[in-house]
Amino acid sequence: MYLRSVANTAPDPVLTVKQVSVRFGSRRVLDNISLELQAGDFVGLIGPNGAGKTTLLKVILGLQPPDAGKVEMEGKVIHRGNSRVGYVPQKISLDPDTPMSARDLVALGLDGHRWGIPLPSRKRWAAVDEALAAVDALRYANAPVGKLSGGEQQRLLIAQALLTQPKLLLLDEPLSNLDIRSAHEVVRLVSRISREQNLAILLVAHDMNPLLGAMDKIVYLAEGRAAMGSVDEVVQSHVLSQLYGYDVEVIRVQGRILVVGGEAPLPVNQSISVWDEALTHVE
Amino acid sequence: MLNSLWHTLFAPGFFSSSAVWRALSMSAAVAVVSGMVGVFAVVRGQSFAGHALGDFGTTGASGAFLAGLNAVWGFLGVGLIAGAIMDTLGKRAKERDIATGVVLSLILGIGALFLYFDTTYRNTTGAPMTILFGSVFLVDPSLLPFVLCFDGLAVLLLFIIYRPLLFSSLNVDLARAKGVPARLISILFMSALAMAVEQSAIVVGALLSTALLIGPAAIAIRFTHRPGKAMLVASMIGIFSSWMGILLAYDSYNWPPVNRGWPVSFFIASIILLLYILSHLRLRMGTRRGKKVLQEG
Ligand SMILES: Nc1ncnc2c1ncn2[C@@H]1O[C@H](COP(=O)(O)OP(=O)(O)O)[C@@H](O)[C@H]1O
Ligand SMILES: [Mg+2]
Repeated sequence: MYLRSVANTAPDPVLTVKQVSVRFGSRRVLDNISLELQAGDFVGLIGPNGAGKTTLLKVILGLQPPDAGKVEMEGKVIHRGNSRVGYVPQKISLDPDTPMSARDLVALGLDGHRWGIPLPSRKRWAAVDEALAAVDALRYANAPVGKLSGGEQQRLLIAQALLTQPKLLLLDEPLSNLDIRSAHEVVRLVSRISREQNLAILLVAHDMNPLLGAMDKIVYLAEGRAAMGSVDEVVQSHVLSQLYGYDVEVIRVQGRILVVGGEAPLPVNQSISVWDEALTHVE
Repeated sequence: MLNSLWHTLFAPGFFSSSAVWRALSMSAAVAVVSGMVGVFAVVRGQSFAGHALGDFGTTGASGAFLAGLNAVWGFLGVGLIAGAIMDTLGKRAKERDIATGVVLSLILGIGALFLYFDTTYRNTTGAPMTILFGSVFLVDPSLLPFVLCFDGLAVLLLFIIYRPLLFSSLNVDLARAKGVPARLISILFMSALAMAVEQSAIVVGALLSTALLIGPAAIAIRFTHRPGKAMLVASMIGIFSSWMGILLAYDSYNWPPVNRGWPVSFFIASIILLLYILSHLRLRMGTRRGKKVLQEG
């Protein structure tokens, strides 16, 4: 706890979430959450649906004021519109007829918040192309965004988030609509960018398996509570049972991790289907 | 020979009539603004709001008529207020559509009452027809400055909010995280939409202003995938349809049943619908051909 004051050469963490609580009505969605990310950390934010993962990202982004606690970036309170934070929101569904090319979408990350129409500028497009190159998306730079695949759109959104050279990148369920191969590609891409740019990553997923080799740390969120550490420290039956407040079991099979019973408490007959699902998952 | 073909296409007097020239220029102004604003209305899923604004304006116009005021103020006043209310009522598209639908029936009912009073008390039998269906040929020349002024304002507003509007149309959360004041942008866009729709309601009539707003934009975004280009193409399609409509309406003075001419709005709306259907057919054929090439390749 007091190590930092001794080793005062250690830089401030990129992101500090201090005892954040959020309630909607009488429901506590986040209950006293604290976490820290250092530069270059690749952290998976894992938890079942409705655990409050998106809400936590919105607190960090300044889109959701917390009822208690605060969020700091490099020791300073963070504000909405901070160009040092890149964000890829959950489930962007683009209409096939959206009148934008891939370049147009990415350019919004650079100056989408400015008034007026963009003036023709070679520098602007050079920056956009650089971001497109960083996510291997130059091939379809002029394609209509609405007609690209989910994985391709996901890359564009990541490129858009990288344009302002952020120190922290928040990705909300970037893998959820992708097949396993594209999911692994996106994970590899994000992990490479994190290393190359010394960028702290907080990637939200409800399934931790695609992230297992790539993430440095895991934040497991359940019932509004969080546990942070290495995968081996956090993903254990007794740690997660304590978070959930009831018994869940962690099973490791063929290099995959399954948390059984880790959804909302279910009536007995339905919990059988959770087992079924878990088993089909293994196959 | 050529001469008679010319006269079949352009009935005598078409180019020398000042009413025709006024109609051509006014409808072009309206088409440009509707096309530009329409692209965003379609992309943001606010076509219904755009349509409702036309109807709200009708009630305002018939109220203004009743009070002896210029219909312009009725259209604009009610349009802007209704736009602001619709914007605050619903944050999600579905919620907004439901709220709009509910309020719309009430407002239309009041509009019907006003129109009834207009015809009975003020003895203006033409008022309902003009307000609802408009007539580019009969537009009061003194309205021209108003129409142009508010059209210019709508375009200016659209240019000012262009980037944040595009951004928040793509994804509100993302835009807000980047510092876009999404609520303000949404309200400003509603104002631009209201101005565009009400101007076009004055010229082509409230009921058909939707055709110029949505039709050209919907066609344009099927063919282009750059926002600026889509706005340009939508404006061009709007101008083409309304000029063709005016030409046909002028020619129709010689058509049955009487020598009075068919309503312009009918022609404009029909041409837009025709183009819309054609754009679907063409794209269908295009994709089929594309698939075939893929299979063969
Ligand atoms: N603005 C809101 N008002 C009320 N309840 C909300 C709001 N946003 C989220 N919630 C609720 O908070 C809980 C957590 O939501 P969320 O953070 O989206 O979960 P996750 O992203 O982990 O699936 C859910 O039960 C959701 O219904
Ligand atoms: Mg979520």
